[in-house]
Amino acid sequence: MTSPRPAASPGGPRASTSSDRLQRLLALVPYVVSRKMVGLAETAAAFGVSERELVDDLNMLWCVELRAPDPYCPIDLSYEGGEIVVSQAESIERPLRLGVDEASALLVALRMLAEIGQVASVPGLAEGSALSRTIAKLEAAAGEAAAPAAKVAVQVDRNAEQSVAAQLREALASRRRVHLAYYVPGRDEATERDVDPMRLLVVEGRTYLEGWCRRAEDVRLFRLDRVLRVDTLDVAAEVPNEAEPVDVDQGLFRPSPGDLRVVIELSPYGRWVAEYYPCEEVADIGDGRLRVVLRTPDSEWVRRLALRLGEDGRIVGPAELVADVRAAAALALRQYTQAD
Amino acid sequence: MSKRKTERLLGLVVCLLSSQRYLTATQIRAAVPGYPASFDAFKRMFERDKEELRELGIPLDMGTNGPLDEELGYRIPRQEYMLPDIRLEPDEAAMLTLAARVWRRAELEGAAAGALLKLRAAGVEAEETSQPGIEPRLAGEAAFGPLWEAVRDRRPVTFSYRAFGRSEPQQRQLEPWGVVNRHGRWYVAGHDQARDAVRVFRLSRIEGQIEFSGPRGAVSVPDGTDVRELVAEWDSHPADRQAAVLRIRSGTGLGLRRRAISEQPGGDGWDQVEVPFSDSAWFAEHVASFGADVVVSEPADLRDAVITRLKGALA
Repeated sequence: MTSPRPAASPGGPRASTSSDRLQRLLALVPYVVSRKMVGLAETAAAFGVSERELVDDLNMLWCVELRAPDPYCPIDLSYEGGEIVVSQAESIERPLRLGVDEASALLVALRMLAEIGQVASVPGLAEGSALSRTIAKLEAAAGEAAAPAAKVAVQVDRNAEQSVAAQLREALASRRRVHLAYYVPGRDEATERDVDPMRLLVVEGRTYLEGWCRRAEDVRLFRLDRVLRVDTLDVAAEVPNEAEPVDVDQGLFRPSPGDLRVVIELSPYGRWVAEYYPCEEVADIGDGRLRVVLRTPDSEWVRRLALRLGEDGRIVGPAELVADVRAAAALALRQYTQAD
Repeated sequence: MSKRKTERLLGLVVCLLSSQRYLTATQIRAAVPGYPASFDAFKRMFERDKEELRELGIPLDMGTNGPLDEELGYRIPRQEYMLPDIRLEPDEAAMLTLAARVWRRAELEGAAAGALLKLRAAGVEAEETSQPGIEPRLAGEAAFGPLWEAVRDRRPVTFSYRAFGRSEPQQRQLEPWGVVNRHGRWYVAGHDQARDAVRVFRLSRIEGQIEFSGPRGAVSVPDGTDVRELVAEWDSHPADRQAAVLRIRSGTGLGLRRRAISEQPGGDGWDQVEVPFSDSAWFAEHVASFGADVVVSEPADLRDAVITRLKGALA
């Protein structure tokens, strides 16, 4: 990953787990009230707690007591037989309204989905779909808290051909195999392969097809803007059972043990490398220079990167690669001296 | 927060919500169990409790029940407390869970989960779904949290920023107008106070702490500001202004040929390819990355820039 930046929030630490509990308690009663009766197990799952924690919560709610002017217990509930019923809770029978952060988190994400709907032509996210209705309803329910969400916007790369996305969606829907002509910039190659589509992903602002690549016999991601051509084949897609979907929450790039460990020293003009590629290590070596460690299976890619960087990025190791880059640079320069 | 404190705060919320009238501190103390016997200790604890409720977004009103009341009282106005009615169809509720997942492992993940919890409490059946077959994610970025707070609360900030190519970071003072994720990267746009001009900053180039340098509400965003547009402009190359004539070895240089205006086979194993470009520094790096497969014929400055790159790689 990129260099650790201790840009801590000046507002201090976020809500503690115990203020989470108060929020949960306030949501619990309306959750049950709006469903009349609901099982312990189901409720615990919905709130992400164990049944035991849930029972503790219910007991705490049931025990709320106000002592003046006349003592009374405002909340009455039971969970006999594993079914929760709230018979009295008038003051907290509705959930607390959405806070600005809460409303914004959902609205920003929903508007991002709408943007993706356009870019990747996803029918389920098209205008006039459930998505636009959801946005309108959420804005109405959030009221004033909805406004600051407009200060965060998400823009997805529109470089991919609309027709490519549409064709891949159709292949996904009809579960058919596709033939892709796919450009690999790291090797400057147009590759041809058959792929059994699994799903479309939008990660780091770009749209990808995830699929079982029959050439690699493994799950691969294909950036849609690098797809040169799609042919939908008259063959049913067969995604093997062992095909593991990529865990997008772990980042797209996962180094494997056989990868090269490339050490590069970057000038201030070469620092972008640390922003664009997941680096295993990033060290500040003074004067704005960085020493980074990258993992890649592809020495060709490193050679191209080094030629691109020139004096702004010096490969330090492995030694074969250092020699390789020098040779490639010398060969390229010879083209110019010969031509002259 | 201890169990006792949670109990006390819960009692306080229920008490203030149940009453239509303003309750004085003394009345609250009598009604809600868990406050200490000493009045001073109670006052201190009550102050902290009020702050705690406000942080949770619980609206707390102060006032009196009539002109004869001398002491200010408190209540939670129900209409302001309650989430308005919201009814979602199953396909709409599915959108919400998909939206909440967008923030997984990013800064507003907790806020998204909190919102979903309240909507579920309002009766929305938001179940996990794999529809509509697309899984979007936003990347986490350390500087996002403080900058989101700043744009939300309209507060100016200062931070240390390392602009492209700079060996040292510089201190910047910004009235932030908005935060934009463009093609997977986070940016903030606003008014740079020292330069008195509109500026865009990339969040990944902010170093160290972001400090608030003014009160809430101090920033006003000019009417008609479109931060998306500002960031897009900053990030875009100008339209292609010139064309390079390149010699490309047959069967190679696909990345360049994809953008070519014309291609002529030379018969000697090399093709002459004309490729438009705008940013000559970037284009020189791009051409250099093809090594001995691509040779610049013209323009001369591009040719020199590529040679410089290659010599740099040789050093």
